[in-house]
Amino acid sequence: MSHADMVPEAANAPKSPPPEVNAGSGEAELQRQRIRAAYLFLLPMLVMLALVAAWPLFRSIAFSFTDASANTIFNGESEWVGFDNYVERSVRSNGEVRWRGVLVDGDWWNAVWNTVRFSLVSVGLELVLGMLVALVLNAEFKGRGLVRAAILIPWAIPTVVSARMWGWMLNDQFGVINYMMMGVGLIDRPIAWTASSDTAMIAVLIVDVWKTTPFMALLILAGLQMVPRDMYEAAKIDGIHPVKVFFKVTLPLIRPAILVAVIFRALDALRIFDLIYLLTPQSDSTVTMSVLSYRELQQFGDYGEGSTMSTLLFLIITGFVLLYLKIGRVDLAGDKG
Amino acid sequence: MAKIELKNVRKSYGAVEVIKGIDLEIRKGEFMVFVGPSGCGKSTLLRLISGLEGITSGDLVFDGERVNNVLPSNRGIAMVFQSYALYPHMKVYDNMAFGMKLAGASKDERDKRVREAARLLQIEHLLDRLPRQLSGGQRQRVAIGRAITRDPRVFLFDEPLSNLDAALRVATRLEIAKLHHDMSDVTMVYVTHDQVEAMTLADRICVLRDGRVEQVGTPSELYEAPANVFVAGFIGSPKMNFLKGRFAEAETCATLGIRSEHIDLVDGPGPDVWTGKVVHGEDLGSDNYVFVDIGAEEPVLVRQPGKLNTPLGTELHLRPQPQNIHRFGEDDRPVEVRRPEMA
Repeated sequence: MSHADMVPEAANAPKSPPPEVNAGSGEAELQRQRIRAAYLFLLPMLVMLALVAAWPLFRSIAFSFTDASANTIFNGESEWVGFDNYVERSVRSNGEVRWRGVLVDGDWWNAVWNTVRFSLVSVGLELVLGMLVALVLNAEFKGRGLVRAAILIPWAIPTVVSARMWGWMLNDQFGVINYMMMGVGLIDRPIAWTASSDTAMIAVLIVDVWKTTPFMALLILAGLQMVPRDMYEAAKIDGIHPVKVFFKVTLPLIRPAILVAVIFRALDALRIFDLIYLLTPQSDSTVTMSVLSYRELQQFGDYGEGSTMSTLLFLIITGFVLLYLKIGRVDLAGDKG
Repeated sequence: MAKIELKNVRKSYGAVEVIKGIDLEIRKGEFMVFVGPSGCGKSTLLRLISGLEGITSGDLVFDGERVNNVLPSNRGIAMVFQSYALYPHMKVYDNMAFGMKLAGASKDERDKRVREAARLLQIEHLLDRLPRQLSGGQRQRVAIGRAITRDPRVFLFDEPLSNLDAALRVATRLEIAKLHHDMSDVTMVYVTHDQVEAMTLADRICVLRDGRVEQVGTPSELYEAPANVFVAGFIGSPKMNFLKGRFAEAETCATLGIRSEHIDLVDGPGPDVWTGKVVHGEDLGSDNYVFVDIGAEEPVLVRQPGKLNTPLGTELHLRPQPQNIHRFGEDDRPVEVRRPEMA
């Protein structure tokens, strides 16, 4: 809430006159100078973005319209194939019509489904758990600083390390998780968590939730700390039950923080690669769009098709973000008080 | 409508004691103002009365009933916060109806109470707006309106005007005074650091310093008969002149206090007349403040109505009005000693 968006007490008070545009050449010159300076300051950033973001993106999209492979990608012998990587219709000599391309590839749609499923479940779980953790950390108790630091440890551990660590813990023969679950009688024989197609996704979700809940908690905690304390005190004097206060006051007030936290996490989840590549490298039930695209590019050397997948991934994420911004009415520019 | 009694009330945060044993009685329907410098414990005391903070020891009694362990919502209080504490995502109407709605009041009852409060405060046209679309003064009125809908027996104000600009502060002060007249059966407790607010609003003022009560009394009692040097200096604007050394000795006291409006200009030197040169002047239009160096530690401030032609360096002769001289002893308390020649 800034003073700028307050309605003045006397609504009909004379407004300050709009800035004069041609109030003399001096002012216009000053304005031009300011604009020049602004561009000058922006230039390094624009160049940087063009080099590391715009150009690779453009190249990637361009490759998706060629038959580039490991052999032809650098010598320029790859040929323009239009949309054939996406979908191609061919008629065989016996008159049979065949479709090929990423868009009619079952593996691709399996990866899309895996990615979406993973994103929805992991972000959903992380949101609920992160909120609980944040509410605890927002309360005042002894040693709060220490707990706040400790809770971040999973987030601070590199994914390679935590994937290996959990890989061992989930191991079907020597894993401590099977050992414990059998010990208390939850299961009667060891589960091959990462290898079995029924449980591979669960294993990935467990590790991802464990790893990124702290991040979600921290973002929500930042939002919680923005809620003025006297808001709770006013509710206390009104005698409103704490649970109602949470849903009617706290939640609406931290909504912007939650929306931002969710979009951060959703973007990460939709691009997930490292954890799945390390924990369940061969499982069809966890392969995601990024993993598939990597396989196509690096293992099969099919740059055309791999780029096509990358481009589709980019489009899907963009579409998702736009939809989310529209539904959530997220105010990224921060214009509204 | 409640009588509030505080009996040896103390509050500590860990080893630090911030309220050091307060005995105070606030009468039914009274407008009591807690005033004091920053950190004197006045806001803490209000929060103890509201129940937002627990009392470490002592008794808090509302109408004969000990309420130390009663929830804030069951004490029959309403509070207006310095920051207004309006729910930013709710319209003014919902802000005012929120508490009642969750307390289970019927829709008609809610509507009636909200509209009544809105009419009283002339904010009916704002009911459909969000708090961020209001000015500071309007927000404060909504906060007061929200408190009114609770139909409290005690109204608590925690520095409600300090976020407003000077002109609005005066206007809102007037509205709070009017509210007190309209709701004369409701006890009001008001915290401020501004002694002008205290003087203009209070039936009685409680001056606090360092967790203790310095003096309780009506504004004129505090102005005319301060219980010690601190109260004498704190109440009244501009601040009372304090003189020590030979000026005080002439009145057989350790500290002599004289308000700027109680010093007359006389034509020439004489007994009990101080002479000095003007070192600074402030012309407020209606009044003139003149600072005169009479050889004391600080220049003496003289307040004279109307125009005064006293350029810097002018020699002035000042005569403090004998009946308005405050004499304080070594312990900063008033001494009742007549001047030797009058004894």
